[in-house]
Amino acid sequence: MNKTVRVALIALMCVGAAACSKKQEVKPAPPAPAPEVAQTEAPPPSNKYTPEDLDTDACLRQRVVYFDFDKSEIKPEFQQIMACHAKYLQDRPMAHVRLEGNTDERGTREYNLGLGERRGNAVADALQANGASASEMEVISYGKERPVCREHNEDCWSKNRRVNIVYTAK
Amino acid sequence: MSPSRFRFALFLTALVALLLGGPAAAQSLNVDIVGGLKTATPITVVPFAQNGGAPLPTDVAAVITNDFNRSGKFRVLPKSDIVEFPTKGAEIKFPTWKLLKQDYITVGRISDAGGGMLRVEYELWDVNKQQSLLAQAFTAPAGDLRGVAHQIADQIYEKITGVRGAFWTRIAYITSVGLGNNMTYSLIVADSDGFNPQVVARSKEALLTPRWSPDGRKIAYVSFESGNSAIYVQDITTGSRQLVEAHPKGVNGSPAWSPDGTKLAVALSYVGNLELFVLDLQTRKETQLTHNLAIDTEAVWAPDGQSIYFTSDRSGQPQVYQIPAAGGTAQRISFHGQRNAAPAISYDGKQLAMVEGQGNVYRIAVMDLGLGGQVRFLSPGPLDESPSFAPNASMLLYAATEGRRDVLYAVSADGLVRQRLELSDGDVRDPSWGPYRQR
Repeated sequence: MNKTVRVALIALMCVGAAACSKKQEVKPAPPAPAPEVAQTEAPPPSNKYTPEDLDTDACLRQRVVYFDFDKSEIKPEFQQIMACHAKYLQDRPMAHVRLEGNTDERGTREYNLGLGERRGNAVADALQANGASASEMEVISYGKERPVCREHNEDCWSKNRRVNIVYTAK
Repeated sequence: MSPSRFRFALFLTALVALLLGGPAAAQSLNVDIVGGLKTATPITVVPFAQNGGAPLPTDVAAVITNDFNRSGKFRVLPKSDIVEFPTKGAEIKFPTWKLLKQDYITVGRISDAGGGMLRVEYELWDVNKQQSLLAQAFTAPAGDLRGVAHQIADQIYEKITGVRGAFWTRIAYITSVGLGNNMTYSLIVADSDGFNPQVVARSKEALLTPRWSPDGRKIAYVSFESGNSAIYVQDITTGSRQLVEAHPKGVNGSPAWSPDGTKLAVALSYVGNLELFVLDLQTRKETQLTHNLAIDTEAVWAPDGQSIYFTSDRSGQPQVYQIPAAGGTAQRISFHGQRNAAPAISYDGKQLAMVEGQGNVYRIAVMDLGLGGQVRFLSPGPLDESPSFAPNASMLLYAATEGRRDVLYAVSADGLVRQRLELSDGDVRDPSWGPYRQR
């Protein structure tokens, strides 16, 4: 690592630390579906995100997008999450996300591979519409093969119909 | 207990009480008779006699009995009701079996054939005509007695019904054991009744959609072991395998063998969304069959190889469509029910099984393609899937959910007899019934 890069990194970390201290009072994001993000203020456009923000920023910490049955439209309550992750990807051109599409247990296995992919693509499209670059993301579908909940009811199904945003490079 | 089963049990109790002057032992077969079995043929399979030698690992008559009972075509006299034990035709006292209202009786005997081999002889007799219908012998090692029993069941089944038996066949399915990051998925091949399970492939990541090659030597399947879905073809005898589809972008799924075994229909989404392709296994050339923004997947070839049935949600909901295998216009086939997917086709191309979803209930439905698309249900739901026909279409396998477990069921084609296969501690899913075996 050369000196210029190191200095730049330190500078970035300082900005990150400042951003963190500013947001101490923000509560951790609830893990349940349809989280309330309204109280989280989007960062001012002049502030660039840093990798630390992934752990501390209330919006960036939300990495799961939930869907309605057999649907792949991004619901309005997730638009803000799309915006902050898109901004992160814009601020960090070397960052990379894997968008993991999942479905609930209803419907056939291979069809659900298609549905999970459609959801992953919907998140990819929303991130790009918000300024992220297509080269910073990949979509993978697990269909119904990776449930987080195995009860046979809507509460559980709603937790499984999701796209996980996984940062493979920060 | 269903009314008809109850009546049948009552009848047996009365009959045995009459004959023996005591109560009948409870019928303890793990067979769920869900409707009347008026058309089932009464048959007795007398326990096979053993002439000396070490105790055998297999009760041949019990294997045959289980095959017959789950076929729905036969009603086997419970072992506890068998009062005489003839081992050859000359020893059969026909009035006894007439009194028990049996149409057919099978007797047999097992002897040492030397060199570690056993000789299994059996006879099938018509009780009313007092006529011998079959008399055959097999020579096999003790370890293959189950296979011999299934072949005997096949011969008797064909003699009486006129339809080739499919008990001496194999099935493939996927099991998963463990939780979270400690899952182990296995592709298993077993006898048609679930016995003799053998691991063909194992992975820490999901395996799905095993499909038998028409010659029964290979299985195509989808594995996530490399991270993304990929399609492999594995020789089940040698274990050698080929990676046949692994586009880095998108789904590589839903393999389906052409009837001549030279091609695979597959569903690939590297083009943007899931489309059907035909992959020539020799030249590796991919030909795209569908072109639209819908999900097109779950292909299965018509037995004549001329067309392909598949699932598409181009109408808004998943439905079954048919498209010429050489390409062309797809036609919608399913119109009954909200959602239809995962088609399977019978060997004669006359029956199409699929998963039909109505609200939150998913059941196995069979459409009679010859009778104006008439649909009948074979399973109760609520989360049944992956129908697969036996090679003679007399039965189907499907996957179901019971509590938190995924289990497999075998159901007779008329839906009247259903049996849960006891296979594994973990989850069992994605069954696929293999072709006839070559002797």
